[in-house]
This record gives sequence, C-alpha cells and structure tokens, in this order.
Amino acid sequence: MNNFFLATYLAVKEVIRNKGRFLLVALVIALITLLVLFIAALGEGLANGNRQYVANLDAQLIVFLEKSDYSISSSRLEVNIVKSIRRVNGVADAGPIYTSSTEIVSLTEPLKISMLGVEADKPGLPALLEGRYFRGGEAREAVMDMNVALRSDLKVGDEIEIRSTQGTEDQFYKLKIVGLVEGQSYFFAPTIFLPPAVWEQVRPQSASELNSDTPYPNIIAVKLTDLTQVELMKERLINEVSNIEVADLETTINNIPGYSAQQGTVQTQGVFTLLIGILVIGGFFQIQILQKVPQIGVLKAIGSSNGVVGLSAVIQIIVVTAIGVGIGGGMTYLLSLGFPPTIPLVFNGTRSLIAVALLLLIGPLGGMVSIIYAVRIEPLKALRLG
Amino acid sequence: MNAVALEVRDLVKSFSLDGTVINAVDGVSFQVKSGEFVALVGPSGSGKTTMLSILAALLTPSAGQVLIDGQDLAQMNEKLRVKLRREKIGFTFQSNNLIPYLTARENVEFMLRLNNKLDRSGRVRSDELLARLGLSDRLHNLPAQMSGGQQQRVAIARALIHNPAVVLADEPTASLDTERAYQVVETFAHLVHENDRAGIMVTHDLRMCKFVDRVLQMQDGKLVRVYESKQEIMELVQGIMKH
Repeated sequence: MNNFFLATYLAVKEVIRNKGRFLLVALVIALITLLVLFIAALGEGLANGNRQYVANLDAQLIVFLEKSDYSISSSRLEVNIVKSIRRVNGVADAGPIYTSSTEIVSLTEPLKISMLGVEADKPGLPALLEGRYFRGGEAREAVMDMNVALRSDLKVGDEIEIRSTQGTEDQFYKLKIVGLVEGQSYFFAPTIFLPPAVWEQVRPQSASELNSDTPYPNIIAVKLTDLTQVELMKERLINEVSNIEVADLETTINNIPGYSAQQGTVQTQGVFTLLIGILVIGGFFQIQILQKVPQIGVLKAIGSSNGVVGLSAVIQIIVVTAIGVGIGGGMTYLLSLGFPPTIPLVFNGTRSLIAVALLLLIGPLGGMVSIIYAVRIEPLKALRLG
Repeated sequence: MNAVALEVRDLVKSFSLDGTVINAVDGVSFQVKSGEFVALVGPSGSGKTTMLSILAALLTPSAGQVLIDGQDLAQMNEKLRVKLRREKIGFTFQSNNLIPYLTARENVEFMLRLNNKLDRSGRVRSDELLARLGLSDRLHNLPAQMSGGQQQRVAIARALIHNPAVVLADEPTASLDTERAYQVVETFAHLVHENDRAGIMVTHDLRMCKFVDRVLQMQDGKLVRVYESKQEIMELVQGIMKH
C-alpha cells in the first residue's frame, strides 16, 4: 500500500510542478479525443441514418424476393405473398413495406424524404407519439417521423405538398400529416409513412409503370410468435412460401447498399486515429523517461523499488490521459452544440462510450514501452556507472 | 569505542573487457566505525567509484564480503538490497542529486516517506536539519531555484534524515566552487560526527580531506595507503595545496 501512495505522490507532484508540459500532452490527447469522438459520432449518425427504420421494426424477419441478395431496392414481391406468410405457423403477423423517395416542396427549403408505404396496425408502422395513424384506403393522409419534424416546422395537422415524377412530368400531391412517430430514417432521409394505395398513387414512377395500379411491396416484415425460433422460422418460411428469401434484421441492415462499406471506412478511420494517438503518447512518454534517466537512477539508488518507479509512471500516464480525454470530451460536447441536425452526429451511442474507453487505454498502451524502460533503468546511473 | 558500521573484506570486482579480465577493485579490506568520516581518494580509474557502488549495494562484488551494520550484502537478494539502501544507507551524488519536482523540504521528507516514517516529529526533524544547514528560507524552493551548494546541503539533509548506518557521498564537491565545497564538506563531516554515522566520501579533490578522520588511497583497484593520523592527512592536503 505504501508503494501505491509513494507512486501516486511522485506522479501527482511531477504533474503539478510541470503543469505546462503535461497540459501540452493532455491537449494533444484532447485533440485526439475530439477527433475520435467525432468519428465515432459520425459513424453512429451515419449508421442511424441508414438503418434506423429497419433496426426499430417490430419484426424479427424480413422477406425478400428470391435472388434479390437481401437488397431492399432490388426486391419486388407479389402482394399475395403477404397472405401466404401470415398463414405460416409461428408467424404472429406480417406487414408489406413499399419504399420510395420524394421531396416535400411546400417548405421554404425543399426536404428530401423517404416515402414508405405500410399497412396500418401491421409490422412496418412504428409506434405513434402524437396524433393518429392514417385511415387507410385512399385518404391522402401521412404519418411523419421525428426527423421530418426536426428539419422543418411541420406539425401534426399541417398539409404538405410533395413532388413526384410520373413518367417524364413532375406532379404535385397534397398530403395531410395526421401523426408523428419516433425518428425512423431510412436511406439517410427522414421518413413519411402512407397507406399502400396512396403510396402507389403518389410515388415517382417510370413511364412503363404508369399503367399499373398494383403496388408491389419491396419487403415484408414478419413478426414471430416465438422470438427464440428465428432460425427455424427462416427455414419454415422458405420451405412453405415460394420465390422468397428470408433474413434477420442484422443481415438486412448489413445489406443496405453502402452500409457495410461506409461503416468499415468510419471504423478504420477511428482505429487509425487511435493508433496515431498511441504512437504520439508513447513517443512523448518515452522522450520524457529518457530525460529522466539520472533522476530515476537516484530514486532507485536511495531505495525506491522498481514497483514504485513503474507504478508512478503508470499513474502519471493515466492521470494525464484522463485529463486529456476529459478536456477532449468537453470540447466535443461544446462543439456538437453548434452543429445543425442535418449533420448526422450521434453522441449517445455505444460507439462513443467504447471510444472513450479506448481513448483511456491509449495512454497506458502508448506508455508501456516507457514504463518498461523506466523499470529497467539501473540505479548505477546515479553514480555515473551502468 | 564505537561499533563497526561498515566492513570490507578482501573485496574484488572484476570486469571482462575484450576477453581480458580487469580487476577494478582488487583485494581491498577496511573498516569504518560509527562517527567516523573517511575519504576514498585516488586518480581516475583507480576504482573508487566502483568501490562506492559496491558499498551502496548497487553492484555485486566478484569476491569478498561487505557488511553494513552487520548484514552481509552477498547474502541478500535484490529486494533486500533495495530495503538496505532505503533504511541503512544515505546518499549524496555528484549531480542530479535531488528530485527536481520536489521542494527542499519534500526531498528530505521523501526518505522518511520511503521508510514509512513520515510523521509530525519527522517533519519537525527535517525542518530542523535544513535550518541547521542554513536553508530555513529555502524549504519551499525547488532544486532549480537553489544554487549548487544549497542543493548539496539539501542532499546531505536527505542522506542523514532517516538515521542510516552509513552515509555515502560521491564527489559531493565536484560542481561547487572552492569556498562552497569547503562549507559543504565541513558541514557534512560535522553532521556525520554529531549523528554518529559512518561517512565515506569519494573525492578527487584532496583539499577536502582536511575535514575527514581517515584517508583511503586507491590506485589500480588496490588500497595502496591509509592516512590515519591528523598530521599525515594535513601533510597530504598541504602537499597538494603547495602544488
């Protein structure tokens, strides 16, 4: 115990008496923290923008058209498949999901949105926060997600106008916002939900699609009665319903176009920033130890054990790293307050916590070589020998 | 009659250099009693720093015995050697003597902290010792804010504060001007005598020998002469002064 107190005493005294030098290192760590946290937040934000809707579905399995490689945009299912799926033993409910994108033009600044067709009270329609669900049929009603509300002044009860290209001509449709749901970004855009019949009328269509009135769902969200039987139900659905392939939510998310590549890129940036941090911190502490060789020699010569010297170096590194990460965290928080909601930064994700934990580790990891070096310094250095 | 605090018996330290074995210390024997201040002198390469390193339990001898306060260094593992250095030995070094981020008072108290003996009386004793060394107004100064002589005096206080059996000084005057060197060694000798410690000072400056009780002269690793009487020592010092 005395060793711990001695080591803490030496470490803290040195930091306090050399504030400028250690503050400089803490600021370097703070900048690395800022960078890592922003990358983590950007990763989380981008991931959310891509997967939020799918990840929050009240379903366990997603049905795709066979050979669509679990790609939502490539999959176009026959609408009667929904009924076949609902009849499969073990399926609690199933809801078709129709995907498209458009633009709200009735705002000061047009807002690009995802437009999803879903059936009321079926998997695919998120829980309501405010207002009511659309009535179904052909009523021109829509439910918006929180992201739409955040990026515009729209409220429940407002009317919006969307632009939709039909063949080669732009058409404009009015929709009444009747409800509000949680943030449900899909494909980097805020989302509005419509009944399938309305979705089919107002969605952008190519010239060849104009004569068809039948909507084709891209995917079907399947809710199971027994959540532990996901694999079994996957097999059963494929066996009992023809021309489909089935994936769980994670597989579906990973196959959203660009999702894996984007996340891989962001994570690589984060890892490299941490590696650079380890090298910078390691370099600093190594130089510092080299400058302190005679002093460490004296400490050992007068009776300080290797344990005290090593522990002191470890405590010092931890203290400086913690101060740096603290300053960096504060700087990140303050900066984040100034960012508009259009920039996808999410700081409350597990990524940020993991990033902070890793940042706290870079000091001890970077300083490991210098700690080993300090422990190996011969006390004879104090006597100009060794 | 004072007890023997340090005893060296037939000490040998050999180094191998390009296949040739060199005896840096070659069959040296001597004793130092408590309350005795001894100088270890000799030209460069005579083996005095190697000898001091062995006495300080920093270097293991090739043969022979070193007993400090009756404890044989050869029988100790590294952990016990560290303990011995902490409890039984006081050090002053030629340079980089003090811990640069501790004040004068903290540097002295550190030896008590190391020995888990820092209490109120220890703090009082530390301040008194520094006051006796003329450093009352420097208690809160960092080493960089003190002169070389003041730093050496703090080091002397640190070497004595925990009542070690043996106090070792490695060229304590090397970085001081003559006047300050005399002051430092005289104070050192005085405190060694007063506190009844065994003091050994390695020095190349024979003028400093006028404050010691005995001079051990080394050459080529051997103890070639011992100046025992005050008259012999003064002749040695004056001989140097004339030159």
